[in-house]
Amino acid sequence: MKLKYWLGLLIVVGAIGYMIWGGLGNSLVYFITPSEYFQDQAKYAGKRVRLGGLVKQGTVQYDPKTLELRFVLTDGVAEVPVFHKGTPPALFKEGQGVVVEGRFEGAVFHGDNLLIKHSETYQPPKEGYTPEDVRRLIEEAK
Amino acid sequence: MRRERPGLDPLSATLLGAGYLLLLIGFYYAMKAPPDVDQGYLVRILYVHVAAAWTGYLAFIVAGIYALLYLIKGHPAYDRLSAASAEIGLWLSLLMVIGGMMWARPTWGVYWVWEPRLTSVAVMIAIYVGYFLVRQAIEDPEMRAKAAAAVAILGVINIPITYMSVYWWRSIHQTATIDVINRKTHMPPEMLIPLLVNLFAFTVLYAAFLRLKGRIAAFEARWEEHHG
Repeated sequence: MKLKYWLGLLIVVGAIGYMIWGGLGNSLVYFITPSEYFQDQAKYAGKRVRLGGLVKQGTVQYDPKTLELRFVLTDGVAEVPVFHKGTPPALFKEGQGVVVEGRFEGAVFHGDNLLIKHSETYQPPKEGYTPEDVRRLIEEAK
Repeated sequence: MRRERPGLDPLSATLLGAGYLLLLIGFYYAMKAPPDVDQGYLVRILYVHVAAAWTGYLAFIVAGIYALLYLIKGHPAYDRLSAASAEIGLWLSLLMVIGGMMWARPTWGVYWVWEPRLTSVAVMIAIYVGYFLVRQAIEDPEMRAKAAAAVAILGVINIPITYMSVYWWRSIHQTATIDVINRKTHMPPEMLIPLLVNLFAFTVLYAAFLRLKGRIAAFEARWEEHHG
């Protein structure tokens, strides 16, 4: 009975079609920068968007009791204050590239999903790299 | 047709032995490699993830080349090798995705996200799952080989798209650390060498399994010819 393979094939072809025309269309511009948002504000008004940029130095406020995280997202030109409820990912730090998913409520962007975009550069810690040093670095980052 | 006895031939045995030995050496080097300043020891997933990704791409490209050779020359051996290469590529891609998900959760914050690189990889895997469904669905050996060859050749188109997705579109996935497009390497030698050793080990093992699977498929075809 070969019918089940043809059915499976139909499902796979459908999935590929959906991913290319449905999914990929949305994800090609996976995130917009704050500048792009402000340039085309009418288009994004009230919609869920993904904002990408860097965490501005000296703007991170995190309350571990209420899990309220506030920081300013910048692309070097425009800045957006972000509010996110939840524990930040381990790699979250000032100057880190992030993508926040959510929507604007007034002037503040309320994110419900916070992703880290790390770079392609890997390097060992400067002063030697004993496991103890790294463990300390990781503890400090938290 | 060659009249060889079934079993492990010297070349397959040598490739397999060398591949596993290199994998052990690669594992030793990976465990000696320093942690990353931001990610700590998580960066070690890269030694499997990147090696599996590259050899997976290689396997799919080789499957496409054998498919093309089959269409030109019509010898069933090319069809068998094309299928063998596609199957190894599929396993390597699954290994790459599983390793990638384990790496993404603690770094990016999620196991999976529908961004350009991950979406194009999902398309790639779906194409080769489809490839094996085509092989199962068609009974006539010649029709099956021709249809499968078409899928294998079309599938290759998606490989450069997948590879370039991180350069062409905005993604969460970082660009290549061994950046062949801009000819730069964004890692120190003590991380690069373990990666290259693992990459070599995966490539040798790929060659070993391709040969083994090709031979097994040839013996199967011969057996079916004699016994129906």
